[in-house]
Formats: sequence, C-alpha cells, structure tokens
Amino acid sequence: MGAFFFLPLLLVLVISFASRGTYGGVEWSFSLANYATVADPLYLKIFLHSLVLALVATVLCLVLGFPLAYYIARLPVRWQGVWLLLVMIPFWTNFLVRTYAWIFMLRTEGLLNSLLIGSGLIDKPLEVLFSDTAVLIGLVYGYLPFMVLPLYAAIERLPRSVVEAAWDLYAPAWAVFWRVILPLTKPGVVAGCILVFIPSLGAFITPDLLGGARSMMVGNLIQHEYLVVRDWPFGSAVSFVLMGLVLTGLMAYLRTEETMNKPGEER
Amino acid sequence: MTDNHVELRDVVKRHGATLAVDGLSLEVGRGEFFSILGPSGAGKTTTLRMLAGFERPDQGDILIEGRSMRQVPPNHRPVNLVFQHYALFPHLTVAGNIAFGLEMRRVPTAEIQDRVGTILDMVKLRPKQDRLPAQLSGGEQQRVALARALVNRPAVLLLDEPLGALDQQLRLDMQVELKAIQEQVGITFICVTHHQEEALTMSDRVAVMNHGRLLQVGSPQEIYETPASLFVANFIGISNSLRGRIDRVDEANCLVRAVDLAGQPTLLARLPAGAGEGSPVTLLLRPERLCLSSEVRRSSYDNELPARISKAIYNGSGMQYQVALSDDLVWAARLSNSSSNQKRFLPGEAVFIRWNADEGVVLSE
Repeated sequence: MGAFFFLPLLLVLVISFASRGTYGGVEWSFSLANYATVADPLYLKIFLHSLVLALVATVLCLVLGFPLAYYIARLPVRWQGVWLLLVMIPFWTNFLVRTYAWIFMLRTEGLLNSLLIGSGLIDKPLEVLFSDTAVLIGLVYGYLPFMVLPLYAAIERLPRSVVEAAWDLYAPAWAVFWRVILPLTKPGVVAGCILVFIPSLGAFITPDLLGGARSMMVGNLIQHEYLVVRDWPFGSAVSFVLMGLVLTGLMAYLRTEETMNKPGEER
Repeated sequence: MTDNHVELRDVVKRHGATLAVDGLSLEVGRGEFFSILGPSGAGKTTTLRMLAGFERPDQGDILIEGRSMRQVPPNHRPVNLVFQHYALFPHLTVAGNIAFGLEMRRVPTAEIQDRVGTILDMVKLRPKQDRLPAQLSGGEQQRVALARALVNRPAVLLLDEPLGALDQQLRLDMQVELKAIQEQVGITFICVTHHQEEALTMSDRVAVMNHGRLLQVGSPQEIYETPASLFVANFIGISNSLRGRIDRVDEANCLVRAVDLAGQPTLLARLPAGAGEGSPVTLLLRPERLCLSSEVRRSSYDNELPARISKAIYNGSGMQYQVALSDDLVWAARLSNSSSNQKRFLPGEAVFIRWNADEGVVLSE
C-alpha cells in the first residue's frame, strides 16, 4: 500500500532533480537548477497570486459556508439529510462540465449579464469571465461543500443549550458567536479551511477555463510545464515546492495549536 | 411576599398542535423559593423557557418586577437560568465560566475578580477555579452552573431540574444546600422539577401542573395535607384510594360508606369542605400512614379493614407491602422497621389495615 502511494511521488521527486532533454524527455543528471528557477520573480509572482486567490476563496467559503452549515445543523433531523444531499448533489456531475456551465453564465452575453441588464441594474455587460473574479467564483462554487460538511459536523455536535446559556448570560449575538460558537466549532472550521485551501491552491481546471491567460495559478504552471513545454523536471520541481509550502503551513499551524491547547492556560 | 415579583397572566403556548401551556396564571413573591412540580410533558420546562425568554407566549404576558417581558430578549432580562445539564462552556475554566455574564455586562475587571472570588468560596470551588468543566465531577459542575448564574445577582434565578442529574445522596445534600444558598442571597428562585420530595423540601410554595394546566398552588404543607385533586394526591405519593359516599355527617367528621368493598363498611373521616350527606367522595391514604395487624381490635384505631398480603418487599429501611382489599383493589403500605421486633407479614397472610380519621384525605367529587 505504501509503495502504491509513495512510488509515484518518489518518481516525481527524482525527476525534479533531472533536466529537460532537447526534445522534451528527461535527462538524468542531478542538479538543483530547477529549484533555483522556481525562485525566479516570474514564478514567485504566480505562487503569490495562487496563494492570495486560494486564501480569498477559503475566507469566502467560510463566510458563506458557516451560516449555511449552522442553518442545516439546526433544522429538524429529517430535513438535515435532505439539505446535506442538496449540498452534495453537484458532486454527481463532472467538475469539468460544471465549470463549462459557469463560462456560459459569466460570459459577456451570458446569463448573469442578461439578468443584470434585463433588471435594469447595469447598462453595459460586466467583463467577469477570464478574470480573478471568475476564478474566485469557480473556486468558491467548487469547494464550498468541502467547507460546509465539516462545519455541519462540528455545529451539529454543539449543544443548543450552551448557545442559549451564553444568550442568557447577557451575550449579544456577536459575542455568542465569537466567544462560544466559534471556539467550540474550531475543529470544523480548521478542517473546512484545509479542505478548501489545499485544492484551491493547486487548482488548474478552474483558472484554466475561467481565468484565461490573465489569471494563472500554480496548477496551470505545472500543467503548462508538463504538457505544453514538456519540461517534466521543472514541472516536478514546482509541484514539490507547492507541496512543501502546504506542509510547512500545516506544521506551523499544528505547532501553534499545541502550545495554545495546554490545559489551564485558557485565560 | 407583599409585592408580586414575577407574574404570569393567562399564558398560552402551543408547540405545533399540542398545547404546552394552557392559560397559566401565577404570582411569585420577592425572595420566594417557588417550585413548579409536574410530570414530564406538564409544560413546566416550557414555562421556564418563556421566563428566560427562549420562547415567546402565544397569548398572555409575563411580568418581571412589574415590567412586561414581551419584547425583551433573553440577554436583556433580569433573570438567569441554571440549565438541566448545566450547559457549561467546555472551553472555559471554572472561573471563566463564572465570569462570563459579568464580562458581557462590561463590569470592571477588578470587580469581576472580586465577585467571582466570593461566589467561588460560597460554592466551595476556589481550589478548582482553573479546571475545565470536563475535569469536574457532576456535583461540582452543578455548583459551577449555579455560581455562573448567581454571580450576576439576577432578580430571578430559574432552575431547570437542578438536581436531576445527581445521584441520590448528593441530591439530598444539595436540596439542603440550595435552600441555604437561596436564603443567604435572598434572590427569588423559580425551580422546575418532577421530583415531589425535592419540591416539598426546598420550596416556600409549590405549583402542581399537568397537561399545561395549573392544578394547585400552595405551601408544601397545604399540598401534602390537602391535595385539591386525585392527580395532585397521586403525584405527591398518596397512592391508596377508595371510592365512597358520605353516609352521615357529625360536626367535622363524617362516615364514608365504601361502595366498592364487600359489605360496604363505613369509615370515619374528616368532612371535606362543601360536602354533605350523600356526596360522592374519594378517600385517600398514604402508604406510610397505615398500620397492619394480624389480630382484630388490638388497639384503638378509628378504622379497620380486612385484607390479604399479596407482596412483601424488604427495602432496608423497612417493609413495603402490597395489600389486597378485594380482587381489584390493591393498596400499598410502607412500614419502617423502627422497632427491631416488628412483625413481618408473609404473602398470603390475612391482615387488618388500620388508620385514624385524620390520616385520610377526603376529596369530594
């Protein structure tokens, strides 16, 4: 089983130290040159851009997903199942097809613009497609369920009476949320954010179809290096830097978590 | 008890198709320990949740300190609730839980520390102030819940089955402690319970509810000595009943003819208010007030009925008997083993049940 998972990864790691052959093959020579190339400002910009988009997408998913998850978790039990099913139904259709559907909605003569113009809100069509906005819409749409499900699980476990107790103890709505609901559903928030952030960071279908040439993410870069430029070693190096970034982020989070969770240091 | 501190006026609350609270009117005086007693589904928890503000009455109004609570949300009401399963904040320490309400009302930090310290001493939890709720025993959690509410000095403290999750011994200790704390702080307590002994022990007054309706309000003694209905009588443990008709009235006493028993014997009882000769009545007797004997007329009791032991159960502090007066009328009798040489009866044995006129409660129908 271990070999099944790690052999491909190991292969990519080995290739990342090789160099590109003249006709796109892999030339077996050990060097760190590929990693040095990643540090080029051109590529660093793509990394930074991906990081920002992934972060914004995660925050948007959290802001949209929390009220939805809270609403579902407080419904009568028989309705919860129905709503969770509705949240998951999009998964039954191919992601590529659903992303194409967004192109039809967002383009200049698309559904969004005809609705907005038809209702008299705007005169000129919005240029949404092939922009960061379109990528964000695509990412949030695609990964919102990954946020809602762990949040739902966490909120569903939170006893109503604990929330009522805060309310009874003079807490206004915002304090009930910040002082009680959020701290007690943190595991769900963290799980949801990780589940949204990581695939968003490495996304390539969404930026490819909705972002066009103007919004390139790391995922596109890797795809581009592998399939268009046929520079497998450089593509592998970019993949590993991405993986390193994600792992470092997770480790740093877990470390702060450990130091903060020592009993008796709550206040 | 001169002014009405809490007042419910014709409060109606529906949960879907069921009437949870059906036209409830109550008045609770300042500083009173008031209990609402009833079986589950009686509407007592709904009443408490309406007082706390989590539910709104469909009709009627609730007044606290003379002010209508109709438009007041829970966080602006001068009441605090001790939840049935405590609902402590699991991520805050004991001190953090207790300070929560004061912090929300922006009480100065120094005063918060002061008040939290005082209340920690009162509930004897000072050494455990830095523990999390999960590290406490059930009894300790219960005291944190009480402290977390009391520290705010609410006008009214609401308690939802406060001792329900405790074991028997702790429950008895806490009954006494809770009453002592209430006398110490002088705050109005409204307590909901299904436990009759708890309600009678702690309260100044008790309201008995069933199916959303108020059946009787009175001091524990009034409820216990003169229950107003068969339901109240049964609920507070007067389980033995006998249907009859008043045969003869003699000043404060009457002779009740037991119409369901063979030979229709007459029994001496206190005359209930509003009843006269010929009135149909129910005679009620407490299991612990009955005497059993195997001989006729050994002593001078007012009443005596022949019966047969159908079950005998030893329960440590005494004997519990089921005694059949006829094929379909079985009474319970509880005899404490105060004297060690007390006679034990065996199933099948013929006995006489004896009691005095004042032991019985007569309800006119």
